[in-house]
Amino acid sequence: MNSTNPQLPAPTERTVLVALAGQPNVGKSTVFNLLTGLNQHVGNWPGKTVERKEGQFSYNGTTYRLVDLPGTYSLTANSAEEVIAREFIIREQPNVVVAMVDAAILERSLYLLAEMVTLPAPLIVALNMIDVARQEGIEIEPEVLQAALGVPVVPMVATRNVGIRELLETIDGVVNGRIPCTPKAPQIRADHQKVLDEIKTLIDGCVPPPYPPDWVALKLLEGDEEVTRMMRQCLSEAQWQAVQHVLRAHDDALVAVAGGRYEWIGRMIRAAVTHPRPGQIGLTERLDRWATHPAWGLLILAGILGLTFLLTYALGAPLQTLLDRAVVGALADAVRAALAGAPAWLAGLLADGVIGGAGAMLTFVPILVIFFAVLGILEDVGYLSRAAYVMDGVMHLMGLHGRSFLPLFLGFGCNVPAVLGTRVIDSRRARLLTILLAPLVPCTARMTVIAFLAPAFFGRAATLVSWGLILLALLILALAGALINRLLFKGQRAAFIMELPLYHIPNGRTIGLLVWQRTISFLVKALTVILPVSVVVWALATLPGGGTEQSYLAQLGRWLEPVGRLMGLDWRLVVALLTSFIAKENSIATLGVLFGAGDETGLAATLAATYPAATGLAFLVVQMLFVPCVATVAAVRQETRSWGWTAFSVGFLLFVSLSAGTAAYWLARLGGIA
Amino acid sequence: MWRRHKKCRTLACPVRSDGAVPLSDLGVGEEGEVVCLSGGRGMLCRMASLGFTPGAEVTMVQNLGHGPLIVRVRGARIALGRGEAQQVCVRRRSA
Repeated sequence: MNSTNPQLPAPTERTVLVALAGQPNVGKSTVFNLLTGLNQHVGNWPGKTVERKEGQFSYNGTTYRLVDLPGTYSLTANSAEEVIAREFIIREQPNVVVAMVDAAILERSLYLLAEMVTLPAPLIVALNMIDVARQEGIEIEPEVLQAALGVPVVPMVATRNVGIRELLETIDGVVNGRIPCTPKAPQIRADHQKVLDEIKTLIDGCVPPPYPPDWVALKLLEGDEEVTRMMRQCLSEAQWQAVQHVLRAHDDALVAVAGGRYEWIGRMIRAAVTHPRPGQIGLTERLDRWATHPAWGLLILAGILGLTFLLTYALGAPLQTLLDRAVVGALADAVRAALAGAPAWLAGLLADGVIGGAGAMLTFVPILVIFFAVLGILEDVGYLSRAAYVMDGVMHLMGLHGRSFLPLFLGFGCNVPAVLGTRVIDSRRARLLTILLAPLVPCTARMTVIAFLAPAFFGRAATLVSWGLILLALLILALAGALINRLLFKGQRAAFIMELPLYHIPNGRTIGLLVWQRTISFLVKALTVILPVSVVVWALATLPGGGTEQSYLAQLGRWLEPVGRLMGLDWRLVVALLTSFIAKENSIATLGVLFGAGDETGLAATLAATYPAATGLAFLVVQMLFVPCVATVAAVRQETRSWGWTAFSVGFLLFVSLSAGTAAYWLARLGGIA
Repeated sequence: MWRRHKKCRTLACPVRSDGAVPLSDLGVGEEGEVVCLSGGRGMLCRMASLGFTPGAEVTMVQNLGHGPLIVRVRGARIALGRGEAQQVCVRRRSA
């Protein structure tokens, strides 16, 4: 081949693939954000509900593609995250893997590295949080650690931008071969060396590339499900039987392999860590005396949650109203004015169908931002797992554990982040149950409807009724959790093990980017899902002409009226419920249109005069527990990756809300509330 | 569920003899050394990656006698359910 071929483009700067790996809470996202800034893309790993972050940066004329691998404690096949991380390193063969390690918990933190040194990619250890380690009384000598590991070690304090430059130089050096990388891999515990050799011999020549044979042998011995499945297909029946024979005789090998890794780590620690002062009481321990205390811990949590609500109502709600009037309302009016000469249906489609539907979602942004920011801060500080710990007992009652608490709490803001937030739950079963329960948490949109209708129907008793409705929703949530857990999951509860990371000062940049990305992805989803649905509902409510009373939607409402009658609802209330599928607060607007009421005060008076209190109560109960809005349904579909579970969720809530509404209606009538 | 009642997966474990007790029996401040772990393979992998392997030193940080507890192992603080803690056998370290 001729290298001076004029048809070939001039040698462009090459792109280098860098993977960022590490255990959770090690500061990976901080480094990722420092390196890529806004030049990043957030998506999902193909076929998985695990977040995939990728970004680009340039250094010394080279373009780097940086992929943030999911945070995992090890590289077994126990979770989707772990499989993603190791498959990426083995199959995509990054030019270098930056393994982030927490200096303050070096021993545990090196476990992932002990797994990674057996993989073929060149490694760099980013020794993060050396400042925290020092505070905790731990001194580490990076040069000694580097010599012991055979891998370049870069000490860092990512939150204060310390060591980033050195990391870039080291990446450059390793990629260009200036800095050697010859990791010294851990050996299996001596009593299992022979077995490992036996397996290596048995599978010799049968391991499909690019999988490293030694790694595959080790994973077989560990009983790794994915690798076992892969090798079963690659080996002949006789070979497979021979391997099985060896493995069966050593089913305790997993402990030996893990033990060997910690022995290797122990050697590194003894060499590189000086003046370890274990038992010293650090900041984290002192804070945790309060944060994980059975009584104080709950009080602190209650305080934080109370503050979040306060912020939502003091800041989020007024902003929401402002957005609704000044942006959405003004835009709709402007469109109507601009299209004054055009056919009425066009103005209606744009102003009511498009802007009305999408605008409703837009007004939720302030509340979402508040909730995302609170969650982001709590996560970054390290408090999230403490909240999970103190709530574990309560969550037990509904077959869940502490980790499900915060996602459910997010539901008070909006059910969509609640469903998305279930990603923090490590077991698939617990996650599914939390997703199914999340729509039962009364969101702000439903509270808006309650806040308007409860005074209309119940006057002074409105506050009491509102609290009763919230309690009812939470009670049904707990009962449903216990019931679904018992019936569908046979009462099994996922194991509860999690790390309580060291507290650190939150990083504004990390949290800001997190809030930004989550808000954008919510808006994108809102526009792609809600817009079409809202246009369809608008069409149903407008066609075939002659006003809403004659529309297809009204006909549907009349057709469904017999069901409504069970709860004392007429077709108009049924239609209001149907339109709440786009966004819960639509029920008020719909009733406004159906009753031709001029303003909200007029509507409240009309409603109070039209319907008996029992009907009002039944309507509020159904509204509280009804099928989640379309955005939530879309989120449920995305996170469960199953239409079956999505349909189950919708059907289940339909059943629950209609039964509860009927019960409320007849109980109210029996109780004399006419 | 049957695994929970099966005493131990590891052959080397002197179950409940030789002073070995479930981790959940340690009082606050008490130290111990992990002797063995029981449970499914997935559970053992998770426990190992969080630091629980035979020979690991553990210190009980919080144990209320019911509900989850907090343990320090290999420099990290780990919260675990009582059921999970009962599957870890430890030998008390005499103070």
